[in-house]
Amino acid sequence: MAWQWFHRLGSPRWFYQKTSGWLPWLALVSIVLLAAGTVWGLGFAPEDAKQGNSYRIIFIHVPAAFLALAGYYIMAISGAIGLIWKMKLSFAVMRAAAPIGAVLTFISLFTGAVWGKPTWGTYWVWDARITSMLILLFLYIGVMALSQAVSREQVADKASALLALVGTVNIPIIYKSVDWWFTLHQPATIRLTESSSIDPSMFYPLLIMIIGFYCLYAWTLLTHTRTLLLRREIRTQWAQQELAGEN
Amino acid sequence: MLLALRKRADIANPLLFFVTVLALLPLGVGPEPDLLAKMAPGMIWVMALLATMLSQESLFRGDFEDGTLEQLALLPQPLYFAVLAKSLVHWIATGLPLALLSPLLALMLNLPTEGYFCLFVSLFLGTASLSLIGAIGAALTVALRRPGLLLALIVMPLYVPVLIFGTGAVQAAIDGYAYSAQLAILAALLAAAAALAPLAAAGAIRISLDN
Repeated sequence: MAWQWFHRLGSPRWFYQKTSGWLPWLALVSIVLLAAGTVWGLGFAPEDAKQGNSYRIIFIHVPAAFLALAGYYIMAISGAIGLIWKMKLSFAVMRAAAPIGAVLTFISLFTGAVWGKPTWGTYWVWDARITSMLILLFLYIGVMALSQAVSREQVADKASALLALVGTVNIPIIYKSVDWWFTLHQPATIRLTESSSIDPSMFYPLLIMIIGFYCLYAWTLLTHTRTLLLRREIRTQWAQQELAGEN
Repeated sequence: MLLALRKRADIANPLLFFVTVLALLPLGVGPEPDLLAKMAPGMIWVMALLATMLSQESLFRGDFEDGTLEQLALLPQPLYFAVLAKSLVHWIATGLPLALLSPLLALMLNLPTEGYFCLFVSLFLGTASLSLIGAIGAALTVALRRPGLLLALIVMPLYVPVLIFGTGAVQAAIDGYAYSAQLAILAALLAAAAALAPLAAAGAIRISLDN
C-alpha cells in the first residue's frame, strides 16, 4: 500500500493528469515570489558598502547557480531511477532537465561575467568556480548531444542516463571548489549550519528569490516533461484524449 | 586481445600526434625558453590527454563491427573484466609510451629538471585513469556512425579532475614544494576509476548493443 504511489508514478498518464492541477499554482507562486524578491532586492535592499549597486545581480546569479547544480542532481537521480526501475516517466524528467539546467548554468555564468567587469575588472578569469561551472555546462551539453545522437529513443534514454550518472562525480568538486581552492570567487556566503556572512536585509530578498527560482524550475520542468510525455505517448488513447480536450 | 599490439600504426599514431603537436607549440608561441618552461607541464598534460582521447575512439570499434563485442557480452565471465583488460591494453599502447617519452619532451620544452620525475609519475598514473574513463565514452558512442566530436564532448569534462591534479603535481615539483599529495590523489583517482569505470563502461556496452 505504501508503495502504491511509486507504482503509479511509473504511469505517464497518471502523472500527466495529476500534475495538470499543480501547474497554475506553481506558476502563480513563482511569479509572486520572483516579483517580490526582485522589487525588494533591487529597490529596497541596502547598497553594498564596497560594491555599490552592482552587487544586486546576486539576486539572479546565486539562485541560478544553485539550481544549475541542483538540476544536475535531479537529472542524474531521475536517470538512475529510470535505469534501475525502467520507468518511462523518470527518463522523460531526465531529458527535460538537461536543457533547463544548461540554460541556468549559462545564466549564472553570464550574470557572473557582467558582475565581474565592474568588480573584478574583467569579464572572465580562469578561477576554480568559473572553470568548474563551465565544465558543468559541458556536462549538460554532452548529455543533450548524446541523447540526440542516438536514434532509438529507449537507447538514447539509457545512454544519457548513464552519462549523467558518471558526471555526478564532478558535482561535489564544483560545489566545493570555492572552499578548496581559494581563488578570486568568494567562498560560499550562505551557510545552513553556521551564521551566514551576509546581512539579513540582503539575505531575505535573496532567500525569496531562491525559493522563487525553485518554483519556477519546478514549473518549467513539469511543463517540459508533460510535453515530452505527450509526444512520446502520442499513439496511446489517453494522449489522444488529452490533446483533443485541450484543442 | 593483445592482438591490438600487432597493428604498429595504432601505437605510433598517438605518439606521433603527441610529439608533432608539441613541436608546433614553440612555432606558435615563439621559442623563448622561459615562456616554454612555464607552459611545459600544462602543454604536455593537455597533449597527453588529447592523444589518449583520439585513440580511444577505436577501443571497441573493431570488436563491435565484427561482432566480438556481442560475444564478449554473452560470456559467463562479467563484462567488467573484458573492459578492464581492454583499457589496460589501451593504456599500455598509448599512455605508457607517452609517460616514458615525457622526460625527453620535457627536455625539449626546457622544463626545469626538478619536474622530470614528477611529470613521469603523474603521467604514468594519470593516463591510466584517462584510458579507463575514456572507455565509458567509447562504450557509449560505439554504436554511432561518427562519434569523434561527440566522444570528445562527453569525455572531456570527466577528464578534468585528472588534468587538474596532474598539472598541479608538476607545478608543485617545479616550484620546489612537496608534490606527494597530488600524486596520492592521482593514485586514488586511478583506484576509483579502475573500480568504477569498467562497471559503467560495461553497462554502456550493453546499452549500445541494444541499438
